[in-house]
Amino acid sequence: MIPAPFDYVAAESPAHALDLMASLGDEAKLLAGGHSLLPMMKLRLVAPAALIDIGRLTELAGISADGDELVIGAMTHHADLAASELVRAEAPLLAHAAAQVGDPQIRHRGTIGGSLAHADPAADLPMALLALGGSVEASGPGGTRRIASDDFFAGFFETHLAPDELLTAVRVPRRPGAPWGYQKFVRRANDWAIVGVAATGGRIALANMGPVPLRAGAAEQALADGASIADAAQLAADGTAPGEDMHADVEFRRHLARVLTRRALDQRN
Amino acid sequence: MMRVELTVNGQPRSDDVEPRLLLVHYLRETCGLRAANVGCDTTSCGACTILLNGASVKSCTVLTVQAAGGDVTTAEGLTPADGELHPVQRAFRQEHGLQCGFCTPGMVMATVGLLAENPHPTEAQVREGLEGNLCRCTGYHNIVRAVLAAASEQVSS
Repeated sequence: MIPAPFDYVAAESPAHALDLMASLGDEAKLLAGGHSLLPMMKLRLVAPAALIDIGRLTELAGISADGDELVIGAMTHHADLAASELVRAEAPLLAHAAAQVGDPQIRHRGTIGGSLAHADPAADLPMALLALGGSVEASGPGGTRRIASDDFFAGFFETHLAPDELLTAVRVPRRPGAPWGYQKFVRRANDWAIVGVAATGGRIALANMGPVPLRAGAAEQALADGASIADAAQLAADGTAPGEDMHADVEFRRHLARVLTRRALDQRN
Repeated sequence: MMRVELTVNGQPRSDDVEPRLLLVHYLRETCGLRAANVGCDTTSCGACTILLNGASVKSCTVLTVQAAGGDVTTAEGLTPADGELHPVQRAFRQEHGLQCGFCTPGMVMATVGLLAENPHPTEAQVREGLEGNLCRCTGYHNIVRAVLAAASEQVSS
């Protein structure tokens, strides 16, 4: 399968990327690792007139500590996130989530910024960011702003990034030793979650239980009020709006959310 | 068309390509290197796996222009001019880690990448490390055995 023709330009700096976005407008799309965009282009689901390649912007890759947060460059590959000693020690849920994305080859190319901006509700990293209560940094013509994970996802494959904004970094709290649980139900290796659950620090995030990654708010509240794990998990599907597909119908997804939430909460240590 | 310069199996190349030319098509049609196969064409099967700057990638999901300036290795590049097989290739032959052979170049390149990152994997790590490569013939047991043999260097030359 061959993508429709497009113009290609490699950005030389984040500022250059913003200039290109301004001059090329809505017809252009950013290309990071390309492991969500290129398959869609090959299937002709999208046909951007131009690609702005930010894959060479090494200044947007890398992991560092800043106060009580880890800062992860948007172009950090899943494999590097999964292997990072710093992330494994201080945000182990995120390192684990990165290691669940696709397969080794995909993790060598895919990026955290690309995955979050793509905003697939079934994907690992959007759910992980939501569970961790992290945030993203976005740069635009007006400067840089921070968007909390609770306010980032707007709809199915849609975020609150403005069309002229570039996601540059991801921030998550540093919590060495904090208990966490992660459950991803799949039928095949290297697949997306049929339903996923990530739990840490009193937050429970769900993948593929609606058009965006969702918090299991009722279950979180029950836990905070002292309910047992089993009782809290029974509320995990409350307020969700899962779809149905060849893998699962709505009621099966709601069942999975309850079961996987119980397992994720039990898994914390 | 865009001019790209990259290294393929140690040889510097300079070619004019369309931006939409996928790396696997560049390798097969422009370079004449047919080891990387187009299988599923959807980033699932791994038959097109090559090394880009030392890391295993699926070349059906990389644009040639993205690889510009990079270092590409295909299965052809594992074998030096004297024809001596790479230890991973020898292990696949010795352990009969193939049947029809279609997935094999991708399996071999994924294995080379895996062993570069983890020279002594457990069987479970081998199975997870090859989760991006599908074989529809052998059921994987001999493939896993071949990878473990290559890792332990118990491969007869």
